[in-house]
Amino acid sequence: MPSSPDLAAAGGVPKAAPTAAPARRSWAPLLQSAPLWAVLLLFFVFPLLATAVVSLWDYTEYSLVPDVVSRNYVEMFEGCGDLSGGLCTTFRTYISTLRLCGMVWAVTLVLGFVVSYFLCFHVRSDGMRMALFLLCTAPFLTSNVIRMISWIPLLGREGVVNQALVALRLAERPQDWLLFSEFSVVLAFVHLYTLFVVVPVFNSMMRIDRRLLEAARDAGAGAWQTIWHVVVPLAKPGLVIGSIFVIVLVMGDFVTIGVMGGQQIASVGKVIQVQMSYLQFPAAAAQAVVLLALVLVVIAVMTKLVDIRREL
Amino acid sequence: MEERRGLAFWVLALFFTLFVLFLYGPTLTILVLSFQGPEGGLTFPLQGVSTHWYRTLWDGVGVVDIWAAFRRSVKLGLVVMLLTTLISLLAGYAFRRRFPGQSLLFHLTVASLIVPSIVVSLGIALEFRLIDDAVKAWAEAHEVAWLADYATAMGLFTSGLGAHLTWTLPFGLLIMFAVFNRFPAQLEEAARDLGASPWQVFRHVVLPLIGPSLVGVALFGFTLSWDEIARTSQAIGDSNTLPLELQGLTTTVTTPEIYALGTLTTGVSVLVIGLSFGAIALWRRLRAAR
Repeated sequence: MPSSPDLAAAGGVPKAAPTAAPARRSWAPLLQSAPLWAVLLLFFVFPLLATAVVSLWDYTEYSLVPDVVSRNYVEMFEGCGDLSGGLCTTFRTYISTLRLCGMVWAVTLVLGFVVSYFLCFHVRSDGMRMALFLLCTAPFLTSNVIRMISWIPLLGREGVVNQALVALRLAERPQDWLLFSEFSVVLAFVHLYTLFVVVPVFNSMMRIDRRLLEAARDAGAGAWQTIWHVVVPLAKPGLVIGSIFVIVLVMGDFVTIGVMGGQQIASVGKVIQVQMSYLQFPAAAAQAVVLLALVLVVIAVMTKLVDIRREL
Repeated sequence: MEERRGLAFWVLALFFTLFVLFLYGPTLTILVLSFQGPEGGLTFPLQGVSTHWYRTLWDGVGVVDIWAAFRRSVKLGLVVMLLTTLISLLAGYAFRRRFPGQSLLFHLTVASLIVPSIVVSLGIALEFRLIDDAVKAWAEAHEVAWLADYATAMGLFTSGLGAHLTWTLPFGLLIMFAVFNRFPAQLEEAARDLGASPWQVFRHVVLPLIGPSLVGVALFGFTLSWDEIARTSQAIGDSNTLPLELQGLTTTVTTPEIYALGTLTTGVSVLVIGLSFGAIALWRRLRAAR
C-alpha cells in the first residue's frame, strides 16, 4: 500500500547497503525475503483486497451474495444528508471517535515530549538514560487489558481516588465520572500509548547536535526559546511518527473504548465489531474501507506537515 | 549542560517520577489486591492477606476453561516467537542488498504495522470465510467424501497465527534494520577473505554479534503475541486465546480472582522479559570471555 513513502525514510530503510557482500548469487535476497512476502500477502494484502471486494457484495441473513452493489455504503450514510434532525449515526460515531483521538493525541504529545526531553537533555550518564528509557518502555510488553483493569481499584466508586476525595472533603460523595466514562477512556489511552510518542521523539532528540543548543544559548535565547525554535523543529519527525501511531491506534480501537467506557461509548471500531458479531460482513467491510480511507488521509496530511526525508 | 543542576532539572525529574508512577502504579495496585483475603472485594481495604484467589483461579473461572486458553496462548506465543525471529532475520539479511520489490516490501511491512488492527482482523476473517465457502462448494460439486465434515480453515495456527505475525513481523524487521545498519561489515569481509563459506561467516561471525538482538526480536515476538487482542479478535475461530478470555471476564467476574489472573499473566510477561535480558547479558559475557 502506497501509504506513506516519507515514513519509510524516517523508519530507516537501510541505505543501499555499503555492507553488501561481493556478488554472491543474486537470488539469495529474493529467497531470504520470500517468507516475509508470503506472510504479508496471505495475511495482509489479500485480506485487505477481500475487504474491499466484500464491501460491494450483497447479503442476506444467512449468506453472502457476490455482487457489485452500493447498498452497504448507502446504508452507512443513510440520513446523513439531512442535518435538520441532528447528525446521522455514522457521523456521530466518527465525531465521537475523532474527539477521543484529539484529546488523547494532545495529552500524549505533550507528555511524550517532556519525558523524552528530560531523558535526552537532563540525564547526563548514558547508562542511566538507557535504564530510564527501558523503564518507560517495558510496560509495552505487558497486557493492555490488564493495564486497563488495573484502574478499577483506583477509579471505581469505592476506589482509592474517591476514598481520598471524600476523606479530604474535596467531594461530598464518591464521583461516578471517574470510571466507565470518557475520562477513563482517555486516561487509559494515555496510559497505554504515550510510549508510542516517547520512542520516536526520543530517537529524534538523540540525533540533535548538542552544540546547537549551546549556540542558541550563546546567541541569547532563553530556555523556552531554545525549546520552541531549536528542539521542537528538530524533533518534528519523531513527533509526526508518534502522532501517526497514536491517532491510528485510537481511531481503530474497540477494546479500550469497550472496557474503559463500560461498553457505552461509540467508536468506529466497535461498530465494525458489532456488525461482525451479527454476521453482517459486507456492512462491516464497508465500514472498514471508510475507516481505512480516513486513516490514510490523516497519515498523508501528517507526512505533508513535515518533509521527513529532508529533516533527517 | 555541564553546570550545576538547575531548577528545571528538578521540576522535570519530579515530572518524570510521577510519569513512572503513573505507568506502574495501577499494575502494582492489582498485584497487591490479588492477595486480598477471602472476604475482600475489588478495592481497598485489604481484608487480610491470602492466596485464596489464586487457589480459586487454579480451580478454574466459572464456565470458561481458562487453563486451556492459557496453554493455547503459550503454544501460539512460542510459534510466533520462532517464526518472527526466523523470518525477520532472513528478511533483514535480504535488505542488506538490493533486490527487486525491495521498496514495496518495506512499505507493506510498515503498512501492516499502522493499518488499524480491527481492519486487518476483519480482512483475515473475510478471507477465511471466502476460502471456506469455496472449499465447501468444491467439495459438494465433486462429492469429495473426506471433505464432507469440513467446517472452517480458521484456527489458532492458521488465521490466528497469521494475524499475530502481521503485528510482530514489522517490529522484528525494524529491529533487524537497526542492527544491520550498525553492523561492522569488514569483519565479514575478513572472514570471507580467509576462505570462510557463507554459512561459516554467518555461524562464526554474524550470529555471535547479532545474537543479543535476535533475543530481543524473540522477546517482542512472544510478548506481543501473548497480549494480542485486536487482531486476534475476529480471526481466531472458536478457540480463544488468554487475553480474549480475559477481556470477556472483565465484564463478568467481580472478585479479586481477575486480579490474580491479571497478575499471573503479567508475571509471565515479566518472566519472559527477565529471561531475555538474562540471555542477552550471558551472551555478551560469553563473547567477551572468548
